[in-house]
Amino acid sequence: MFHVKINNKSHEVPKGTTILQACRHAGIKIPTLCYLEGVHAEGSCGVCVVEVKGSRTLQRSCITAVAEGMEIQTNTEAVRKARKINTELLLANHPTDCLVCDKNEYCTLRQLSSDLGIKNVSFERTHAERADKDETSPSLVRDPEKCILCRRCIAVCAEKQSVSAIGMTGRGAASAVSTFGDMGLGNAECANCGQCILVCPTGALMEKSEIDGVWKAINDPKKTVVVQTAPAVRVAIGEDFGLEPGTAWTGKMVAALRRLGFDKVFDTDFTADLTIMEEGTELITRLKTGGTLPMITSCSPGWIKFAEHFFPGVLAHLSTCKSPQQMFGAVAKTYYAEKLGVDPRDMVVVSIMPCVAKKFEARRPEMNGAFHYWQKKMGLKDSESFQDVDFVLSTREAAKMIKEAGLDFPALPNEEFDQPLGMSTGAAVIFGATGGVMEAALRTAYEVVTGKALASLDFKAVRGMDGIKTAEVDLAGTKLKVAVAHTLSNARKLLEEIRDGKSPYHFIEVMTCEGGCIGGGGQPFTTNLETRKKRASAIYKEDAGLPLRKSHDNPVVQTLYKEFLEKPLGEKSHHLLHTHYTKRGVHPGDVAHEKKEHKAHAHTH
Amino acid sequence: MPTSKSHTDKKNIPGGQNRLVLGSVGVINPESIDEYIAAKGYDALKKALSAMKPAQVIAEVKTSELRGRGGAGFPTAIKWAGAANEKGDVKYVICNADEGEPGTFKDRAIMEGDPHKLIEGMALAGYATGASKGYIYVRGEYTLSIARLAKAAADARAKGFLGANIQGSGFNFDLEVLRGAGAYICGEESALIESIEGKRGEPRLKPPYPVQKGLWQKPTVVNNVETLANIPAIVLNGGEWYRAIGVEGSRGTKVFCLMGDLNWKGVVEIPFGAPLSKIIKEMGGGVKKDRKLKGVILGGVSGSLLTAKELDTPVDFKSLALIESGPGSGAIIALDETRSIVDVVDNIAHFFMHESCGRCTPCRAGNEQIVRLIGKIRKGEGSHADLKKLEELGWNMYQTSFCPLGQTAPNILLQSLRKYRGEWEACLAGKKEKCAC
Repeated sequence: MFHVKINNKSHEVPKGTTILQACRHAGIKIPTLCYLEGVHAEGSCGVCVVEVKGSRTLQRSCITAVAEGMEIQTNTEAVRKARKINTELLLANHPTDCLVCDKNEYCTLRQLSSDLGIKNVSFERTHAERADKDETSPSLVRDPEKCILCRRCIAVCAEKQSVSAIGMTGRGAASAVSTFGDMGLGNAECANCGQCILVCPTGALMEKSEIDGVWKAINDPKKTVVVQTAPAVRVAIGEDFGLEPGTAWTGKMVAALRRLGFDKVFDTDFTADLTIMEEGTELITRLKTGGTLPMITSCSPGWIKFAEHFFPGVLAHLSTCKSPQQMFGAVAKTYYAEKLGVDPRDMVVVSIMPCVAKKFEARRPEMNGAFHYWQKKMGLKDSESFQDVDFVLSTREAAKMIKEAGLDFPALPNEEFDQPLGMSTGAAVIFGATGGVMEAALRTAYEVVTGKALASLDFKAVRGMDGIKTAEVDLAGTKLKVAVAHTLSNARKLLEEIRDGKSPYHFIEVMTCEGGCIGGGGQPFTTNLETRKKRASAIYKEDAGLPLRKSHDNPVVQTLYKEFLEKPLGEKSHHLLHTHYTKRGVHPGDVAHEKKEHKAHAHTH
Repeated sequence: MPTSKSHTDKKNIPGGQNRLVLGSVGVINPESIDEYIAAKGYDALKKALSAMKPAQVIAEVKTSELRGRGGAGFPTAIKWAGAANEKGDVKYVICNADEGEPGTFKDRAIMEGDPHKLIEGMALAGYATGASKGYIYVRGEYTLSIARLAKAAADARAKGFLGANIQGSGFNFDLEVLRGAGAYICGEESALIESIEGKRGEPRLKPPYPVQKGLWQKPTVVNNVETLANIPAIVLNGGEWYRAIGVEGSRGTKVFCLMGDLNWKGVVEIPFGAPLSKIIKEMGGGVKKDRKLKGVILGGVSGSLLTAKELDTPVDFKSLALIESGPGSGAIIALDETRSIVDVVDNIAHFFMHESCGRCTPCRAGNEQIVRLIGKIRKGEGSHADLKKLEELGWNMYQTSFCPLGQTAPNILLQSLRKYRGEWEACLAGKKEKCAC
């Protein structure tokens, strides 16, 4: 322990602590801007400075380690003055239209200037000369005007995700965050995970909003608008209404969506159960027939694009299953539209997702299974193609619509999902947390392979926030080795093992975002390690309290197979529920000579 | 007084120098290793390899009290001992030859005029610290320096002064000549290391310092060209011999670059301790056109601004520190009475706005705002509040910039606001003739 004095009071702090950590520990608040615990500590903004006795200049508390006998002052005239000047310098280079900024009440810069008591910006405004908005991506929008060059986005993209789709260009006053060759996020090796949105202190990074399109669809009397909600949304959306994390607000969420005017409020959990039926069967088939192993889950679209860019050689390892979002769109516009007697072209499928990569996924050209289903039956031309999912809203966008509609979310009653596509099991709910898909798959695979009921449904080894979790499961004498990774940097480690032929696993779950979907890039700005943990616990609580906890027990899924799909990996499944991947490479031209890879499916049909 | 601009023009080199580093510059053919060898070249390396342990080489450098010539004046032996004491068998020596400080061209004179001296210094540094690989990171525009260093390295390799088992001693050392990509910030040692690693030139967090974790995270010594060029003579003649030159706290000689409104411009080398006024008069031949001297920029544009009254200060680290100055890069830029201080400071401000790496707010946005404020003042639209704003910005940059670039960028601005306040105020009042804007 080191003995230090902070504002003339003695404290003991562990060796290796930064001044900022020491001060926080001592209950002293130091304003920060570019610093973000666990993500970014590079000292670029110059806001967290303090006085250290004997130092020539003020010191950045976020990157300066404490030393024995250090005497720190956090509230002197010089400290306050420097913090103000540096913040004012940033404000001079930032728009001041906060009232109409998407980030508004969640803006760290706005909060900081308020905390520091900045009344006016006395420097000449410099922000007008910045680059245009980058709207090349279907998932994200980057507004360089609002960027304060803190570099948190670059850090999270490089360190957590090992993607580095963005970096610094230019220097001095011309410094900017940009993509390779300024080609835009839509043309970069960006996975669309949106973690940069979560860490951006201003409104420089946001999802590409689809709210207007959804309102328009709701207002169109000709359209049957059905909404599906991903498992992770229900445990996070309340935070946008000031509610404490750690609870599932499923009932209020359903009530709110119904009041927004959606014709049917359904659950992506239903197709999560369906995913388990298909994916579990695919795994068993690969194991039995010597298919490509390890098999890797395919429900996290950021991860899919990452693999297509960085590991185009291992795409055969990816499960061919579409994600639950896409399975839902395909089932809704075929089976359900038929049942309802609705022209699939008049059905609008809206997803509410904790994710912005889902926006990209929904727009993949191959995600039009329902169109192909109807093309022959209705004699449609290729030009009349429609996507299985029409609009994807992030959790944040959904909350904005609820606010716009004047709904008092916390006061809403609890309501139930519509049926049939609102039926789900606990196995589907846990899809929202890292390890959940694996656990759900194991619950089903075990019972299908062994024909025995599981004594305990909880596979605790695959739960929790460790970056890579592994387990071994005895499947009627076969030792099934599984691994679970969240964040793309952890996924990369497992992928490198596969690429090098050293992977010991049979089955791998990959989730793009830290903590899984509950920590997705479309979640409320309250997302951090603490809230991630609380949302995960809410997910497991929800699962534990449900009467049905195994996907194969979902009665509507059973009916769906009976009435429509026939069997997992059957002909209809192949066309509606399975997909193929695209070799993208990292640089334009990397895989230009190769067309889309229609990978060998592990099943026969 | 001669008026040649060439620093290698033998006829016009001012007298009264003590050319330890520049001794062979303009004397031998820099492209001939034989001429270098004939002038006792590589004798120091042979001596060290045959008769000295690495620790003894460091001890001689310590005795010499040699301080770094890049600007900061850090004791060379402490840096070397730091790297030598680090564990690990892979260590590096880097020569910082990214001479980018405006008004400075002393390293260029050494590299163009006597490249082998630098190479010999590098090999000695490698031997002393346990490094077997060196890099010379040369400013990109210095094409002749790069070509001559590359030839010198090849010749030295062919003669067994570089490469494996140098002179049969068992010591291996080789080096690469790298070309900088044109950023002032890469003269900062950690940014230079980033650049060698193929990254954007930006300063690193310190600690760890390069001697602990430098290039590729290995212990690394980064020395300036002039520093390394002093090493062969120190090893050959001993630290005591070197220590006898110069003054207390500033031993040996210093190479200066005479620039600006002087009758003679070029590089000179003299022992520490001579007053600037003497250097300007005796070496620089006085001010052009018999004008009066208004002031001197010493040590480059990140250095200091001295008034004519301050020029009797001896040029050494200690004496100059008392007037918030230092030898810095060795640039001496004379400003005659017709120069506008505001114009000079404006020019410097534009330089720093362009050269800030952009990493930290105070430097990136501070330099931009300084340029805008000076522009406003020069247009006759400024006020006393703007002068105060400039002082605050400068203070903030010194206090909170991430690296020395931003910390020193406002040096001359701040000193001008103190020492030449009248010129700023004349500018505010729109008195064009007084401020010469």
